[in-house]
Amino acid sequence: MSFSVMLAQLVQGMLTSFEIFALTLIFSLPLGLLVAFGRMSRFWLLRNIMRIYISIMRGTPLMLQLLVVYFGPYYIFGISISAGYRFVAVIIAFSINYAAYFAEIYRAGIESIPVGQYEAAAVLGYSRSQTFFKIIFPQMVKHILPPVTNEVITLVKDTSLAFSIAVMEMFTIAKTIASSQKSMLAYVAAGLFYYVFNFIVATVMEAIEKKMSYYR
Amino acid sequence: MEVLRIEHLKKSFGPLAVLQDISLSVSQGEVVAIIGPSGSGKSTLLRCATMLETMDDGNLFYLDKQAVASENGQAVYASPAVLKECRAQFGLVFQNFNLFPHYSVLKNIIDAPISVQKRKKEEATAQAMDLLARMGLQDKANAYPYQLSGGQQQRVSIARALCLNPAILFFDEPTSALDPELTGEILKVIRDLAAEEMTMVIVTHEIDFARHVADRVVFIADGQIVEQGDAKALIDNPQNERTKAFLRRLQREEE
Ligand SMILES: Nc1ncnc2c1ncn2[C@@H]1O[C@H](COP(=O)(O)OP(=O)(O)OP(=O)(O)O)[C@@H](O)[C@H]1O
Ligand SMILES: [Mg+2]
Repeated sequence: MSFSVMLAQLVQGMLTSFEIFALTLIFSLPLGLLVAFGRMSRFWLLRNIMRIYISIMRGTPLMLQLLVVYFGPYYIFGISISAGYRFVAVIIAFSINYAAYFAEIYRAGIESIPVGQYEAAAVLGYSRSQTFFKIIFPQMVKHILPPVTNEVITLVKDTSLAFSIAVMEMFTIAKTIASSQKSMLAYVAAGLFYYVFNFIVATVMEAIEKKMSYYR
Repeated sequence: MEVLRIEHLKKSFGPLAVLQDISLSVSQGEVVAIIGPSGSGKSTLLRCATMLETMDDGNLFYLDKQAVASENGQAVYASPAVLKECRAQFGLVFQNFNLFPHYSVLKNIIDAPISVQKRKKEEATAQAMDLLARMGLQDKANAYPYQLSGGQQQRVSIARALCLNPAILFFDEPTSALDPELTGEILKVIRDLAAEEMTMVIVTHEIDFARHVADRVVFIADGQIVEQGDAKALIDNPQNERTKAFLRRLQREEE
């Protein structure tokens, strides 16, 4: 295998890893908010369903969840798995897993807003949704940035778990090249990729935190 | 004309009957001070009147609108539309300001007029700047709450309430969270509002202030109105033993 072919494969792997990362965030960040609402709902049943959901998502390995989402349709319903489903399964498993973690972060963030903020909004005549989106949500975002940063950094590294169902992301490709070339070089490239990726994530999150520091 | 009318208000927290049977009317332009020992139910009364707390029984009117009606010994709240109209009639100034920390001073004041009352931004801004000028805070329009002293924050919160043009303004111990040297600036703002015939209900421990600014003083103890009347007459010459004891104790504390 020539160097340029190897390089092209690694770049392809990086792109796939980045896709997993970006799509997971796009789906799990809003989904987490819905789960958080459910978790804080007035309705006992909804509240407890969400509690159990979060507990399962956080209490079992992500790799196991990934395998269940990928093989589940076949073993449980006898649906044959198409090749394209591999990637979809990764996005589904990652999104529902991360939504659970984000939900708990959101919940803590929302509960940390003093009740006086709700009361001031109520007396001023804000509707419930205005109160949430204008008053509570922006303050919550500021509170939760540090734990969200932690999750996002973990997600960068977790994308490598997609190798367990042979999705051609960075880690899977590095492993293939390393064994065929009998060389560590591809692993070094992979390590460098994750490190730089996370460095950028940390820098971006820091910039956002700074941007939100105009008030206390 | 009566701006606020409360009849036979009852409110319990579990087994604790906090408000037993409170009736209170406030006329246009009147300033009513509510005094009483800690835990007597003063805040609960304001919170029931401003619908932050749901009352158990009683009637509640704002001008010609009925927010709460007593039916078979139970408080029944009006439709959301009517409650919204009632809410538009009053403002509430909190002990600890409750400004929105992520909004500038100006935005704190104009956001509700714009997004709740659907007023034009220019018009709301003009009124807000005018209010800020009257509070001596015109240069703070773009500051954020954390950059202000407690007294300044409280003045902003008063401006925020006033910008909605309420018919009546409630204050729950507006100076209690402030350092003693800052209470004066808030009391002056309230005194100015009284001079402009703003209808106000003020829960306060500042007896001297109540005596000078209020038209009427209401003394509450154990969830009941024990005594009420002309501010100077009641404070200088209380009739009820409990009022006397309360005022004596306050005087001793001040000395
Ligand atoms: N949400 C609540 N749940 C249970 N009890 C409450 C609640 N709010 C108030 N109480 C109780 O009701 C009583 C009256 O409280 P309230 O805050 O109205 O008193 P207050 O007259 O405003 O006192 P202070 O002068 O200390 O502010 C107190 O015994 C208080 O503990
Ligand atoms: Mg109180």
